[in-house]
Amino acid sequence: MSEAPKDLKYTKSHEWVRQEADGSVTIGITDHAQELLGDLVFVEAPEAGASVEAGSACATVESVKAASDVYAPLSGEVTEANEELADSPEKVNESPFDEGWLFKMKPSDASQLDALMDADAYAAHVEAES
Amino acid sequence: MSLKKTPLHAAHQRAGAKLVDFAGWEMPLHYGSQMEEHKMVRAGAGMFDVSHMQVVDIHGPQAQAFLRYLLANDVAKLKTEGRALYSCMLNEAGGVIDDLIIYWTGGDSYRAVVNAATAEGDIAHMQQVAKDFDVNVEPRPEFALIAIQGPQAVEKTLPLLPEDLRAAGDLKPFSAVWNDSWFVARTGYTGEDGFEVMLPAEQADGFWEQLKDAGVNPIGLGARDTLRLEAGMNLYGTDMDDRTNPLTANLGWTIALKDPERDFVGRKAIEQWKAEGVSERMVGLVLEGRGVLRGGTRIETPSGDGVVTSGSFSPSLGVSVAFARIPAAVDAEELQADIRGRMLPVRVVKPVFVRNGEPQIELNR
Repeated sequence: MSEAPKDLKYTKSHEWVRQEADGSVTIGITDHAQELLGDLVFVEAPEAGASVEAGSACATVESVKAASDVYAPLSGEVTEANEELADSPEKVNESPFDEGWLFKMKPSDASQLDALMDADAYAAHVEAES
Repeated sequence: MSLKKTPLHAAHQRAGAKLVDFAGWEMPLHYGSQMEEHKMVRAGAGMFDVSHMQVVDIHGPQAQAFLRYLLANDVAKLKTEGRALYSCMLNEAGGVIDDLIIYWTGGDSYRAVVNAATAEGDIAHMQQVAKDFDVNVEPRPEFALIAIQGPQAVEKTLPLLPEDLRAAGDLKPFSAVWNDSWFVARTGYTGEDGFEVMLPAEQADGFWEQLKDAGVNPIGLGARDTLRLEAGMNLYGTDMDDRTNPLTANLGWTIALKDPERDFVGRKAIEQWKAEGVSERMVGLVLEGRGVLRGGTRIETPSGDGVVTSGSFSPSLGVSVAFARIPAAVDAEELQADIRGRMLPVRVVKPVFVRNGEPQIELNR
């Protein structure tokens, strides 16, 4: 069974969002998502400075099996991409909620976070999908 | 409809396999990591449950005449008991009904191993053609099949075989030995050394566990696919099917036309295609950029579009490789692949990427 930490917010398309103390957010894909994809071989994260719209495809994760879009959970400006993933995409499989984060951004409106799911709602969503 | 289970189903569950529907069978896709499993086969030894494939025995006074008519390759090439041949079984239009391995098991007897997805149709077709011959086509569903592959596969498997079959260690590739209940062939679908073992279903679980204790890792269908792709081996249903001209699927070498006296199903169509010249051919592709070629990926060439039939990331090479069917006229070494809307350069190579653990193509980076 895949895990979903309680302190994160989640989207229906299997991204997670962590609110940082400085007002930025960190974004990645969930344990469930990496499990479905299998071994990742390429990660393309958005570049710092890019502005993204909530719900738009802004990154790609590609596994041995398939390529999949990652959707921006919030609107705002990308501040940093996880450069480690260029050489070590397997970090997303090994540590999806920690070392395998994809990018950080500054949301244009922090209240957008309230619309996302908490861990329990996400777990129910995963359950319903399977 | 409930999925069929092989005699090793419980073993897969014990090993924590991710089970999927494959041609109506519940089969292991992987046991954790497809990539790791792939590398284990290239570096050590891995085992595959291939019990969903079907064994068909053919015997009778006209067995050879029947098979020379049924198959596009010529079983008359089999001069030594236990030798095997890879062949396509064609329809009258020249399309590929299935690809299979046929063993000569001595005298009037042969043994075929056919694909799971096509088994039912194959057997019906064989029995139909057999009506004109004094021959018996007998499916043998009671067998379990385990493939053990990798540089250490033979040494790890030999001590676990029935004593009267230890001669398997001296087998040449594409040869088999057997006793009353077991059949051991030096064949496989990975480009590595190894065995394919047929054994009574009730002994399969025990043999599997013994292999595991000897350090042979269970490998799922995911890695089986990337291994065969790297090895340059076609997959039925993906690289060819009953509408495919085998000359456009790198299968020309398996069609024996040498004996003009031998008629076989599909021969007329093949000869006509040969005379007309084919408009497409199958090549290998390497993508060294950041992207993965997949089945269906469009390939742009100066002579029109081609298409990837099988493509994946190659765990051994660290880049994406593929088979593609392209216009026969193309002689360019570099083509363009449409990777999710982005055009990326791909290099045309011979469609064999890795054999016996060694890269068969040069990488530029």
